[in-house]
Amino acid sequence: MNSSFLLSITTFIYGLAAFLYIAFWVFKKPLPGRLATWTTMIGLAGNFTGVIMRWVESYRLGVGHAPLSNLYESLVFFSMTIIVVYLVIEMKYKNRIIGAFTTPIAFFAMAYASMSPNISDRIQPLLPALKSNWLIAHVITCFVGYAAFAIAFGISCMYLFKIREAGSKSNLLVHFPNINVLEELNHQMIMFGFLFLTTGIITGSVWANSAWGRYWGWDPKETWSLITWFIYATLLHARMMRGWGGKRIAYLSIIGFFAVLFTYFGVNYLPGLHSYGAS
Amino acid sequence: MKNGGIFNNLNTIWKFFTSVKLAVVLLLSLAVASIVGTVIPQNENPAAYVQAYGEFLYRLFNVFDLFDMYHSWWFQLLIVLVALNIIVCSIDRLSTTWKIVFIENPPFILSRFRNRPDNEYFVDDGPPEQLKDLYEPLVSRGFGYIRTERTDKGHCIFAEKWRWTRLGVYGVHLSIVLMLIGALIGSMFGFDGYVNIPEGEVANSIRIRNPGRMESLDFGILCEAFNVSFYDSGMPKEYRSSLSIIENGKPVLKKDIIVNDPLRYKGINIFQSSYGQLPPKEVTLNFSSTKTGKTYEKKVLLGQQIDLPEAGGTFVLNEYVGSYEFRGRSLGGAFIGTLTTGNGSSVEIALPLRFPEFDRMQKREWIVSVSDYTPRYYTGLQVTKDPGVWVVYSGFIMLIIGCYITFFMSHQRLCIDIVQKGKKCKVMVSGTANKNKFGMQNKIRQISEKLADLKHRT
Repeated sequence: MNSSFLLSITTFIYGLAAFLYIAFWVFKKPLPGRLATWTTMIGLAGNFTGVIMRWVESYRLGVGHAPLSNLYESLVFFSMTIIVVYLVIEMKYKNRIIGAFTTPIAFFAMAYASMSPNISDRIQPLLPALKSNWLIAHVITCFVGYAAFAIAFGISCMYLFKIREAGSKSNLLVHFPNINVLEELNHQMIMFGFLFLTTGIITGSVWANSAWGRYWGWDPKETWSLITWFIYATLLHARMMRGWGGKRIAYLSIIGFFAVLFTYFGVNYLPGLHSYGAS
Repeated sequence: MKNGGIFNNLNTIWKFFTSVKLAVVLLLSLAVASIVGTVIPQNENPAAYVQAYGEFLYRLFNVFDLFDMYHSWWFQLLIVLVALNIIVCSIDRLSTTWKIVFIENPPFILSRFRNRPDNEYFVDDGPPEQLKDLYEPLVSRGFGYIRTERTDKGHCIFAEKWRWTRLGVYGVHLSIVLMLIGALIGSMFGFDGYVNIPEGEVANSIRIRNPGRMESLDFGILCEAFNVSFYDSGMPKEYRSSLSIIENGKPVLKKDIIVNDPLRYKGINIFQSSYGQLPPKEVTLNFSSTKTGKTYEKKVLLGQQIDLPEAGGTFVLNEYVGSYEFRGRSLGGAFIGTLTTGNGSSVEIALPLRFPEFDRMQKREWIVSVSDYTPRYYTGLQVTKDPGVWVVYSGFIMLIIGCYITFFMSHQRLCIDIVQKGKKCKVMVSGTANKNKFGMQNKIRQISEKLADLKHRT
């Protein structure tokens, strides 16, 4: 069994976990909830093992490098981070409904990595520009940040859903966390993501200065990461200084996540130096 | 009154820059403007723009500098406004925060803690005196500052920590200003240039990218060799230039540079950036005589004339052309030579490197073919000087630390109120934090549980 196969299986496990979390949410029975948590943990174990195996395989091929060098590998790492952060939240807040809004994101990321015809899961050697220790620091910090924003996105959707349905006494809201908890959790995730996005941009910047001789060059990927940073910085200021809350913060968080997605995928359609992530 | 008017104006301007609304508007404007810059390709040929957008839009975009947007006056103005906003806001609030942070005796108002809705209560045995002595060590382990006061019916322990973290946000803002100052220093006193150096040659000056002038260096850069290697798939594996720094005719520093591992000398950074092929200077040719069938191998330098054996005349290697055209098709790089046969008739012959046997097509006394040549490369180096980079990097470090402090550390205050009720005491645990109120609630609950448990353990 090779890593690609294991990671394909992981995709299905995540799909099952997402299904179970949604079933738990809709049918309000404890069994699918407990199963969902276990399935997610098994998926995470598969995901983690897949990443390590891929690392080992790359050394066997003689092109050894951390599995963080292209779109496929970054998506796999992205899913893994989402699941880790989500499980921590589940343990801490003892609420499984959040899983119905976050594990599908991890599943879609994995499914996109495994099934899109444009994404190659072949282990490739590193281009000269990628041969740097900054690669690991840069990619990990960026994707931990992205994962936190992905979860903030899921929580913002929950928040808006709860607000909209609040009057209607929908029984879909029975096990939803308290509205203040959702708001606080959203804020926590955004702060966490912002710290990591900041660190990701900075490590990328230091790396660019050692590879290309400039720490900032307004290349589209750099610029879009900065746009994302501006959006979340706006959100933090609006909340902390102007007391924005609830709905407006949830909408900003969703807009922020779309900026993350564009930084991640959309930029590849614009010309620039960051083309490694494109295939 | 006149002065008052000016003062009022200044005051209005100051007020304008203290507003967080302005910060939000500026951040969003920067975001929107930056999007424009990623959608319109930057710094391209005017002709390409006219073709893409048409004459009218080209002129319109050009008026607003949209083709070099990040360096346009209005984009830079936005950045300056952000900097002013940050500085004015920080100064405006700092004096208040400063007074809060650097206070001699932190004030605690017991009644305020008593009135909080989220306090924890428990009942403990023993007189207040004893409980106070029991609780104090545990509290002081978690909090830097601790003070105990007498109350009318018992004792009260006040404790707090991380008061200084209220300054974290100023660190974040200062770090942004530092980065902008660093960038300004770089753009004023630094440069960004490039130079192509053929193998074996020395460069003493470089070309600055913008505005394209030459800048001479205090030293020479010798490129001893350039090598490019490839993976089996044909992907480039490594670009390597062996460089020496030459001062007063002597090499003072030798280093092989590759991408991600530049050479730094006297504040100047030299990066591996590109490479290219140069015409070879020397080629080994095979001369085959059609008369005798013998083949002679000769090394020929460019411009050199050699005598051919069998009294067959002479051969001159005239020049190298980058692209040799044959029947309307390019055959790539080729040497051009002149063959003068024994009877004095000259003929020009082409020797394309990619097609060594090209000359065999001609039926002549001598057939000339390329046997071997050493390709020559030039290395393309990016040469930069940026005295502001350390200011920017200190800003980076400060930003990360500042964000951590601002987001995840808070000024926490704790109040434990021990009130005697008959033979027992009612204990209240209360606390506040300037951030993460949920976290503080949990913490109060935990502390309360621990304190209630202390008696049973001892």
